[in-house]
Amino acid sequence: MADAKVRDAHEGAAGHGRHNDHGHGDHGHGAPHGSRRGYLIGFGLSVLLTAVPFAVVMAGGVSQSMAAAICMGFALVQIVVHMVYFLHMNAKSEEGWTMMALIFTAILVVIALTGTLWVMYHMNANMMPDMDAMMRSSGGM
Amino acid sequence: MSAVAQTAPGTEAPSYYDLDPHEHPPGASTMLGFWLYLMSDCLIFAMLFAAWGVYGSAYAGGPTPKDLFDLKLVAVNTAMLLFSSLTYGMAMIAGDEGKRGQLMGWLAATGLFGAAFLGIELYEFSHLLHEGAGPQRSAFLSAFFTLVGTHGLHVTFGLIWLTVLMVQVAMRGLEPANVRRLQCLSLFWHFLDVIWIGVFTFVYLLGVLR
Repeated sequence: MADAKVRDAHEGAAGHGRHNDHGHGDHGHGAPHGSRRGYLIGFGLSVLLTAVPFAVVMAGGVSQSMAAAICMGFALVQIVVHMVYFLHMNAKSEEGWTMMALIFTAILVVIALTGTLWVMYHMNANMMPDMDAMMRSSGGM
Repeated sequence: MSAVAQTAPGTEAPSYYDLDPHEHPPGASTMLGFWLYLMSDCLIFAMLFAAWGVYGSAYAGGPTPKDLFDLKLVAVNTAMLLFSSLTYGMAMIAGDEGKRGQLMGWLAATGLFGAAFLGIELYEFSHLLHEGAGPQRSAFLSAFFTLVGTHGLHVTFGLIWLTVLMVQVAMRGLEPANVRRLQCLSLFWHFLDVIWIGVFTFVYLLGVLR
């Protein structure tokens, strides 16, 4: 009795919340499984989402900014398709920790990418002419 | 039997320890740990994409993506990786159903598609090097080779892992440890396909559009 209580308290404190000892293998949240149908749906969608942007760019005839928007839009959708049908992402696996890690990573990626591009763009736009002038006036380096 | 070690009353202040090993079956935290590794890998690729975003149009008077990239080849390459994702999915299902022969067949198919992808990529790289468009030619090409090369290196290690895993399954069957390894490689392999979506979109398609 006493040891069960201690273990319960320990598990509660550690935030596991798994109270049945043999529960891990069959509670179904650890490693989500796909189905044949799921993989085929994901594959079909991926083929479509890959073929359209390739066709748009290779065939031409669409304005450059329109084609770029189509490519990026389709890529974003395809990433979600892969996440759902191939990586079996859901909010429940590992008690939500995989999803938390994914969201955290996505935030870091967005900050790093936008920050880098923003800063470097302004470095180019604001500093390069002055740098050129400086290097010219000092007779080059 | 008792998990609680308690000093005899009166000698010292009682202290409690949980002496029994916890009920963590072997590998219980492997999937979460591997997922966290993949997320950190994702950050590596994010930074390489950021470098590509900054340097991707710094041609240094050299060749541009339009001169160098062959989209038909990239499309074939993308198809190889996509097929390998499907065959790995089929392998996992065969594994779930306990069909070892089918599992090995699908794993072998995955390996062949992966090897085809790598072969095409190496052909592309050697073609670029032959044209004098190596990583040292311009910042654009440095960023290109670093990003695409890092992805290719991941696929290479994935293939090595796949081969080792096939040997392990052949030797010891679908024991829990092997099933766990198959699940980890599944995540790794599909993750590489997700990264490739970013590569063919931002490097090849948007590169050629520029």
